[in-house]
Amino acid sequence: MFLSMNWIGDFVDLSGLDLKALIHRFTLSTAEVEDIIEYGRDTHGVIAAEIASIENHPNSKKLHLLKINTGKELIDCVCGAPNVRVGMHVAFAQAGGAVCGHAIGEATVAGYPSFGMCCSEAELGISADHSGLMELDESIPLGTDIKAVFDLEDTVFEVDNKSLTNRPDLWGHYGIAREFATLAGRELRPLPRLDTAQYASLPDVAISIEDPDLCYRYTGIKVENIKKNQSPVNMRIRLFYCGSRAINLLADLTNYVMMELGQPMHAFDLRRVDKIEVKRFAEPFTFRTLDGQDRQITPETLMICSGGTPVAVAGIMGGLDSEIEDDTDSLLLESANFNGVSVRKSSTKLGLRTDASMRYEKILDPEMTIAATERFLDLLCGIDPDVRVISSLTDVYVHRYETITLTIDKAYVDRYTGIDISSDAIEKTLLALGFTVARDGDSFTVTVPSFRATKDVTIKADLIEEITRIYGYDNFEIGTTRSPLRPVRAERTRSDEARTKDLLVSRFALHEVHSYIWSDRAKYREIGIEVEENVRLLNAQTPDHAVLRRSMIPTLLSFINENKGFSDEYGIFEIGRVVLGKNEDGTCRERKTLGLAFYSRASEEETLFFRARDAVSCVVTDILHVAPLYTFAETAHAWEHPANTYTVSVGDVKVGSLSVVHPAVAKEIDRKAAIVFAELDMDTFAEIGTAPLAYREISKYPAIDIDLCFTAPVASLSFEALVEEAKRAAGESLANVTVADTYGDSSITLRFTFSSNERTLTKAELQPTTDAIIEAYKPLGLAFKLA
Amino acid sequence: MKEKISELLARFEADLASGKSPDELRVAYLGKNGATAELMKELRNVPVDRKKEAGQMINGLKTKLEEEIGARARALEEEALQKAISSARRYNPTLPANNDLGSYHPITLVQREVEDVFASMGFTVEEYPEIVDDYHCFEALNIPKHHPARDMQDTYYLENGQLLKTHTSAAQNYIMKKYGAPLRAIFPSRCFRNEAIDACHENTFFQMEGMMIDRDISISNLIYFMKTMLSEVFGQDLRVRLRPGFFPFVEPGFELDISCLICGGEGCPSCKNSGWLELCPCGMIHPNVLTAGGIDPEEYTGFAFGLGLTRLAMMKYGVKDIRDFNAGSLRTLSQFKSR
Repeated sequence: MFLSMNWIGDFVDLSGLDLKALIHRFTLSTAEVEDIIEYGRDTHGVIAAEIASIENHPNSKKLHLLKINTGKELIDCVCGAPNVRVGMHVAFAQAGGAVCGHAIGEATVAGYPSFGMCCSEAELGISADHSGLMELDESIPLGTDIKAVFDLEDTVFEVDNKSLTNRPDLWGHYGIAREFATLAGRELRPLPRLDTAQYASLPDVAISIEDPDLCYRYTGIKVENIKKNQSPVNMRIRLFYCGSRAINLLADLTNYVMMELGQPMHAFDLRRVDKIEVKRFAEPFTFRTLDGQDRQITPETLMICSGGTPVAVAGIMGGLDSEIEDDTDSLLLESANFNGVSVRKSSTKLGLRTDASMRYEKILDPEMTIAATERFLDLLCGIDPDVRVISSLTDVYVHRYETITLTIDKAYVDRYTGIDISSDAIEKTLLALGFTVARDGDSFTVTVPSFRATKDVTIKADLIEEITRIYGYDNFEIGTTRSPLRPVRAERTRSDEARTKDLLVSRFALHEVHSYIWSDRAKYREIGIEVEENVRLLNAQTPDHAVLRRSMIPTLLSFINENKGFSDEYGIFEIGRVVLGKNEDGTCRERKTLGLAFYSRASEEETLFFRARDAVSCVVTDILHVAPLYTFAETAHAWEHPANTYTVSVGDVKVGSLSVVHPAVAKEIDRKAAIVFAELDMDTFAEIGTAPLAYREISKYPAIDIDLCFTAPVASLSFEALVEEAKRAAGESLANVTVADTYGDSSITLRFTFSSNERTLTKAELQPTTDAIIEAYKPLGLAFKLA
Repeated sequence: MKEKISELLARFEADLASGKSPDELRVAYLGKNGATAELMKELRNVPVDRKKEAGQMINGLKTKLEEEIGARARALEEEALQKAISSARRYNPTLPANNDLGSYHPITLVQREVEDVFASMGFTVEEYPEIVDDYHCFEALNIPKHHPARDMQDTYYLENGQLLKTHTSAAQNYIMKKYGAPLRAIFPSRCFRNEAIDACHENTFFQMEGMMIDRDISISNLIYFMKTMLSEVFGQDLRVRLRPGFFPFVEPGFELDISCLICGGEGCPSCKNSGWLELCPCGMIHPNVLTAGGIDPEEYTGFAFGLGLTRLAMMKYGVKDIRDFNAGSLRTLSQFKSR
């Protein structure tokens, strides 16, 4: 939104103040100013002049040779404007002057000398109209500097609409002026209005509100005998500087009042609209808005009708058929208050956001409707004194906000601010901002003005904001708290996450990646994976992203696919969330999950598999102090290899899986590479809990290794089971078991390490123990053989 | 005897010169059956009155032999060492190293730095799901039913009525209920907004929220803590300023600006010549939010703030395209070896 300092100056005297500094304070106390634009200061030497004579230019069809009467002399000027006319009064930029920064000099145009320029409005920077010269009123004496007549100079600043969402009162210059008055410590002038009490005896406007939930107030009045249809130049300049454009007097006035007070208004041509019904329609229909578009109106959208015919979308835009036209000489003026939420929803549905709807969305003060009407009439009568009001100011007010009264005291303010703001300052600030204050020493009973009471200021803490922002946060003395410090312990899941990342990065040289929580159908397809059905998003940006992921692996495999050129061997991991369907109560079963994927063209699949296995074992052992168990498993996902998929568990709890990629996926990614992946449910770690670190005294006596060789189905053996069984059979003296050697898939040599804390053990005395182990292994399919 | 000793000595000198090894010499001259042992045996044939003198001579001989053999052994050892040194291969540590470390995601690095700062000031680091319900994301945060933030265009809704959390504030209620007051906590997390992706916008990004609640926590404290903590995070003494900002879950709410990291506040292109960078929204926790969290707003006050970790990472590392964070390109990500 653009705001004009000239306009603000109508309501508060800012003379003698540094405007830039004041605008800066506005940023710190009210809303951020994004830009400051200076208008007209680079225009000078432009005077009112008359075209005394016109000759055709011998060398050009478009150009004319003019004699310009400046009131003192006649000056030659070559002009290309199509609307030149003898006797026309124009804005003439003299040689030596400047127009919007462009210096005007003596020039030769197509062979003829020219000592100045006749200006269009666009050239003067006061409108977009460059169709021809700006025609001046003949009452302006020749030779007058146009800056003495027109407000070319202005300082305009821009505020992002978003930073005003919570301040409906700031959607017009008057509210902004109140902020400046408060910041500058100056008085806010009352709004000039035309008292409509004089029309009370005239007939009412027929207004009926059929939907009081959506229309809170509707104020209407009828005016006729309007003769003028163009707005005064200075009004058009303000509209233009503030980002609007002049259309015709009545439309301009509605815009002007809206930009001044924040109250949207609508002027209906009285010839087509002479009564008002505010209602919704049960059936959808098509309605042509004044921008010429056909719009589908649904039953939720509130409409303004006249005699049953829809004439406007309430609070958004009027209809083309009832628009003000150049020959309109009478009007029915709407100044209404609609339900902001309803306007926003309708506007979103129609894809039509207007200056009016933007303001209604903010939940406007219904008290403004009459002030806006009276301001409109004041302006209209000033411009066109012959207009006649032909109805009463008819006001249907069906929904009033309650008056909000808050009680605070200085102690509350002190506690909230941590500084000492005097009671006088508190009172002064609230009064300046329009609050009514009843003070009793350090206590205040504060009545919130209607323009702040629709949603903005409702509780005591809201008053703190008013007091502190005007006091200035830059003026705060800052300090630490008196709260005692207490020891804090990191959440278990977070420390697990940190340890896991460190381990994978520093020991296994993996790269951490981030991805999305939803599946990516297109990307998965590239690697031969179909999205698994799961909880869906209602409003994904593309249907490809609609399904939440059940597993991290497809995304990681996609990344592997996209990073093939990175290196001939690498691994990646992500700690993120997956959704394993829904819980019994219907909520998502969200699990914090570690996904790992390994790619290699340099190593054999087996080597890679064991590297992945080691990574999984290290993570689990590091966090839980217990090595995980691996058991062969049926595949749970299409991307897992049926021959090499394993469940990873701790005790009886499944914590994850480890798998070689399915050949059907492998061939889509890279036929020559080995790919292995694993997935661990990090949430189970916290559920299992960490075993205490085990300490065992180390024997002073040397240990003894005994190798035993067995024929066995090596591939399907569970090494953990062998260790368990040996420990059971051998008892305390067995300190460790390792694999010394394997021979193909048929034999395995195990190395058993025995030790005692009392003495050195001998092979001979261990004979019964090793016999017991051999015996215990028989049921597992291991047959002892001599090496 | 004298002659025999001389003769033996001569033989020894010859053997020594011929290059016999110290071990061979030791066996031949000093061993059990060596030459000196033979001489000792002959000692019994020596007349009694000269036995002492002969014995001394033999002992003198033995000492001399031991010294000479020892010297030879040491010389040989020295020679061998020298040879080992002179023949040793030299290595070239300037050859390309195998310094294979993995890499952390830049968000992880930034998050850890920030967490460390807050942990050092007594803040606990909390975790909360990414999929939340309407109550935690909106209602408990004083965001009314018809607030635009709840519109479909901003929030990802799920078919089961849950939603992907749009901000870390969604954990405020849970954490207040978990700890009660007083409370100091930060809670980093991935957040989601339904918007079109470009170089500056992501639908999936990281935030970190913080809260501090106690008796008499004030705006003055808020400014102090934000200034102190952000100065720590950026490793320089920053100036901060507050501007009014509207967020339903704080009152008053602020936009916090820091002095520009590039120019220090002088004004430069990266701060659009203002000297300030808009960094994080913050404010005093709204009384309704405290109440919803089971904390009495008449007794306690608190402040909350939200830091954009993704934005912080972009500022810290100069990442220009936000899409780099979730694109999984290792050429990009593998640069972040460690902090």
